[in-house]
Amino acid sequence: MPSSTVTFESPDALVRARQAVAADANADQIGEKLILNLGPSHPSTHGVLQIILELDGEIITKATPELGYLHRGDEKIAENMQYNQFIPYTDRLDYLAPLSNNVAYALAVEKLLGVKTTPRCEAIRLICCELARLSAHLLGMGVYAMDCGAITVFMYTFTERETIYNLIEALTGARFTTSYTRIGGVARDLPEGWISAARNFVEGFGSKIDEIDNLLTRNRIFIDRTKDIGVITKEDAYSFALTGPNLRGSGIDYDLRKREPYLGYEQYDFDIPLGTVGDCYDRYLVRLEELRQSRRILLQALERVPSGPISIPDGKNVLPPKATVLTKMEELIHQFMIVTEGIDAPVGEVYFAAENPKGALGFYIHSKGGGVPYRLKIRAPSFVNLAVLPKILPGHMMSDIVAVLGSLDFVMGECDR
Amino acid sequence: MAHPAVLSLNEAFPGKIGAPIEFRGETALAVDKTLLPALAAHLRGLGYRFLLDVSSLDHFGEEPRFEMVYEFYNLEANLHLRLKSRVSEDDLQVPTLTGLYRTADWHEREVYDMMGIVFTGHPDLRRILMWEGYPYFPLRKDFPLEGKTSDEGATAFSRPAPLEGGPFVTAPAVLSQEREPRARPPAL
Repeated sequence: MPSSTVTFESPDALVRARQAVAADANADQIGEKLILNLGPSHPSTHGVLQIILELDGEIITKATPELGYLHRGDEKIAENMQYNQFIPYTDRLDYLAPLSNNVAYALAVEKLLGVKTTPRCEAIRLICCELARLSAHLLGMGVYAMDCGAITVFMYTFTERETIYNLIEALTGARFTTSYTRIGGVARDLPEGWISAARNFVEGFGSKIDEIDNLLTRNRIFIDRTKDIGVITKEDAYSFALTGPNLRGSGIDYDLRKREPYLGYEQYDFDIPLGTVGDCYDRYLVRLEELRQSRRILLQALERVPSGPISIPDGKNVLPPKATVLTKMEELIHQFMIVTEGIDAPVGEVYFAAENPKGALGFYIHSKGGGVPYRLKIRAPSFVNLAVLPKILPGHMMSDIVAVLGSLDFVMGECDR
Repeated sequence: MAHPAVLSLNEAFPGKIGAPIEFRGETALAVDKTLLPALAAHLRGLGYRFLLDVSSLDHFGEEPRFEMVYEFYNLEANLHLRLKSRVSEDDLQVPTLTGLYRTADWHEREVYDMMGIVFTGHPDLRRILMWEGYPYFPLRKDFPLEGKTSDEGATAFSRPAPLEGGPFVTAPAVLSQEREPRARPPAL
């Protein structure tokens, strides 16, 4: 048998790699890129956010957020219950500031009804909103700093939050799930001595803000981790419809408390802080200054809480005070009708948004009449703000993710609804 | 006082814009869905740089069944404008606005996820809140609050909500007995 020789071409890896790169520079044909899952359970995701990262070494080349791990179907639930029954569900949207969610929802339904609540109720609601903002920003900044390596700040902010929660507990009976508002009013009046207790806290809070300021603002490590990281340009901020401190960090002057004042915000004296660059550090500075401005509003508001009823005296749409329900026939009937049949909402649709700690929390309510919303869409600021992640993360180092996530200050309970 | 954007849209698209609907100081315009990108581009040119919210409605039993709702906002003039557009169940296609407003990306994915409306030209139309492979569109009115069973193996297993005798559902109706909160199991 004649012998034959076959020559095999040697598989030179380097040559093949060069050919592959020459064919398509963008495609990852030689498997250099690493796919990494961040979350859903990761301390810096503040809940259950998953980000699928594509890494080239330590550089992020692509980031794809995956949502829905906390989806509870709040909008579907809302379509199947009366307006007042949905209030406890609003606690669980942005669970770091339940009071301001309660207020935003009540105001949206009142806009649908075409009613305006009493001056005392407005003042109480405004105080609630600003206390909620203090509490939410304190948590947001505390965990932001902690994610960047400064654990001490978290201890300081949590001490202050504890006092705020004591005040909220004295007011509403609950620390987290407050369910404080009702359509047309609030659930109960201010307890005795509450205003002076709140004033004590707010007056002493000024020096606490300075402590946080001293710990972080000129902290070399914190500045290195946040300056020029996660820059959101003005153009992006418009296009992604960001709201809240994330938008104002980019230098766009849009605060609903000034633009479309509700709850009588136009009567109070306060400023809106704006950033210039739109990086993580600017967003921190905006939140820090908002603490000072909220304190300013609270000092004014606590001085001038008007007397009077805490809800609209409208038996058809607003729950009557409990004391009169137990003693008067007509109020008893009104209470019974509102609880069993619900309020009598007109046919129509409204969109109302309030300036919450995370941004503009909007409710779009479509009513076909009766006590049940036909459709209730929740415009969650965290959902809208998070959409900017795939735009700003690529190009950054893997370790910058925690700074960017911390500076965006989102809550997944609200994002996933 | 007439809304300036409505006047401008009427000039640019003569005969295509219906009468504005006014309610509680808000202005809404009912428009044809094929015009949406052109109208949005015109609005953006007028200074409506914020697309604050995109939502959808299911008018179950009416024709056209679905409706898209867009909330535009002009920061300089401090004005809102809402565009509404009906979508028929036979033609569940709406042109996307992602080219004009990046925020429309996730909003449209959510509408697709919840209502099943398809956005033509959308770069990445996947479910966003429910999981991949889930077979229903839960915000449609014919989807019961209890949920529906599905038996598509490991990707889409789901069972009705395990509540004792519930969930108790309030429904709008004329008679008070029909309005009361009570269990309304789905007609399977």
